[in-house]
Amino acid sequence: MTKVKTLADLKKLRENLQDKIHVRESGEHPESTIQVKVAMATCGIASGAKDVMTFFVEELEKRGINAIVTQTGCMGYCYAEPTVEVTLPGHAPLVFGYVNNRKADEIIEKYIKNGELVDGIIPELYHSIDETGKEK
Amino acid sequence: MPKHRMHLLVCGGTGCKSSDSDLLARDLRNELERQDLTGEVQVVMTGCFGFCEQGPILKVLPDNTFYVRVTPDDVQEIVAEHVIKGRPVKRLLYVDPETHKKVSDSKGMEFYKKQIRIVLRNCGFINPENIEEAIARDAYAALGKVLTEMTPQETIEVIKKSGLRGRGGGGFPTGLKWEITAKSVADQKYVVCNADEGDPGAFMDRSVLEGDPHTVIEAMAINGYCTGASKGLVYIRAEYPLAIQRLKHALNQAREYGLLGEDIMGTGFNFDIEIRYGAGAFVCGEETALIHSMEGHRGEPTFKPPFPSESGYLGKPTNVNNVETYANVPPIILKGAEWFSSIGTEKSKGTKVFALAGKVNNVGLVEVPMGTTLREVIFEVGGGIKGGKKFKAVQTGGPSGGCLTEKHLDLHIDYDNLLSAGSMMGSGGMIVMDEDDCMVSVARYYLEFTVEESCGKCSPCRIGNKRLFELLDKITKGNGTMEDLDRLRNLSEVIRDTSLCGLGQTAPNPVLSTLNNFYDEYVEHVTEHKCRASKCRDLMTYWILAENCVGCTACARVCPVGAISGERKEVHHIDKSICIKCGACMEKCKFNAIFVS
Repeated sequence: MTKVKTLADLKKLRENLQDKIHVRESGEHPESTIQVKVAMATCGIASGAKDVMTFFVEELEKRGINAIVTQTGCMGYCYAEPTVEVTLPGHAPLVFGYVNNRKADEIIEKYIKNGELVDGIIPELYHSIDETGKEK
Repeated sequence: MPKHRMHLLVCGGTGCKSSDSDLLARDLRNELERQDLTGEVQVVMTGCFGFCEQGPILKVLPDNTFYVRVTPDDVQEIVAEHVIKGRPVKRLLYVDPETHKKVSDSKGMEFYKKQIRIVLRNCGFINPENIEEAIARDAYAALGKVLTEMTPQETIEVIKKSGLRGRGGGGFPTGLKWEITAKSVADQKYVVCNADEGDPGAFMDRSVLEGDPHTVIEAMAINGYCTGASKGLVYIRAEYPLAIQRLKHALNQAREYGLLGEDIMGTGFNFDIEIRYGAGAFVCGEETALIHSMEGHRGEPTFKPPFPSESGYLGKPTNVNNVETYANVPPIILKGAEWFSSIGTEKSKGTKVFALAGKVNNVGLVEVPMGTTLREVIFEVGGGIKGGKKFKAVQTGGPSGGCLTEKHLDLHIDYDNLLSAGSMMGSGGMIVMDEDDCMVSVARYYLEFTVEESCGKCSPCRIGNKRLFELLDKITKGNGTMEDLDRLRNLSEVIRDTSLCGLGQTAPNPVLSTLNNFYDEYVEHVTEHKCRASKCRDLMTYWILAENCVGCTACARVCPVGAISGERKEVHHIDKSICIKCGACMEKCKFNAIFVS
């Protein structure tokens, strides 16, 4: 534990610590944060979604990208597991299929960092009705 | 340390703890360990979320799922479904009482929609026992800012411009108080935090100290810098063990990090804080009595002036502010006076925390901007009256406040509006009453409290309140006369005008406000010996309706005083001279044969 000897120390300490509760703060404002949802139903887990999720959590942090990684249920694309849905602020969610660590790396480097589309996007060919009955 | 991908926030406020939230946290940790998830998922004990009615509360982040009434039995399902598979456990979500829909995000709940959280910004968000989480949320940044960038006078100006007023009840301008203390010349000055929260049903200050102790420590240090004091004292009642424990822990951590003690942040400023325990006397919330108690004398008030700002603890200039007042200070310094004064009404700025209690659906801790109406607080945030009953009155300001009625519901809450309506802001207790509450009994209850808590130093309070209580007691027993009602009013006015301190001066408020707003109910008790809410036992008689009674003997067996007689399969009778009106027979009777009038 370091003693805070100057205001600069405090500021530095705060910056280092902010990461720890970042997950909580971004949870309060999901619309302004990059969101990565990994499908973790039986099919996803069986195809290695857990590894992919860990990869995202660790790599996003290593590369200094503030994003929240959560898991979600089966999206229905069981043939293409593991599937990952990425939402950049202000963009519609995109679903990627057959995501392994290499693909995940590509998604981070190209799509998340630069907004560049990569292969493997599963087109959304359906409409869903949310709980309020309003069409999306 | 790897970053946790998911945080499970468990409410560790006194309310949720008493419904076993610490068992819940323990079981969650154990289950996560069993599933080998401790590196990914973190369990955090936080301060109060405010929604005590629905506790224990568990909030899952980052997906912002708000579970209510969670028990240790739910742990396995939460971990297996939500933590591992990402599927929220629907049965534990909050159900909106209006639409009957499940709401998973707290922002979608009526309870939270009208709230602005300044004082409670960290309650239910950080672990109060971890200074690092507080620092990550800007704790001590305001202290750093004033120490390095601002002079004491500039800092006082910011507080003055913000329009912050004392949250302990009186509403004295905080900046002015600081200025007076700063201008007093002495070799030693003191900063005191008044955490002697004594109103029945109030728990605002306790929740702040339990949920975010560092904000209070920081604000006291800022005050020390402004006024030139190097010593702080927190006067807290010993019956708040959790708040004391967390405050002590926070003080130790702040010292370890060099944020309290000598030469803070290399600026040469010294400040440290001690804790003083109160034995739980209501009068010790009055600042002069509080100071005497801290000095080791009897907790009795003295005449003001001199004000503590000039001559307080050990005769030295002392700045006394309440917990909630202090908690407002760091955000004002960081965000500016304009930001703060943009919230609220013309003369009351910022927000106010209320402990919402009584016959309201969402009992809990709420923070709303000044100027919110009573109706919004009770019917929107509070979710209306329990059991669909009719609203009758709301008591604000605790034993010093008054009862407001239906006609006051659209009153915009601020210091001056509440005063002119015959009540007061007080420290923030808000007790809602419905048609089953008898207003004479309510006044009697509060007087009983004040009589108990009066320190006895001045006669208007010591003797006058006792007489007031006796008059009220007489009326609730059906022995009152119309002259008694006049006597109540006269005596109340004398006590109000002649008592030494705030306790006595405000003690008759519950009587005066109920006399003003519910006079017909007093008259009913006197002339018709009737209590419309069926609360005054002495005005009630129990009797058995012969045609419904089947002679099952259930009532006779349950009666604790043997007042009911009758042969098996024959109509029973209640001997009214023995009956103590406990109502046990009525509860027991399956045939609706027992009535009360």
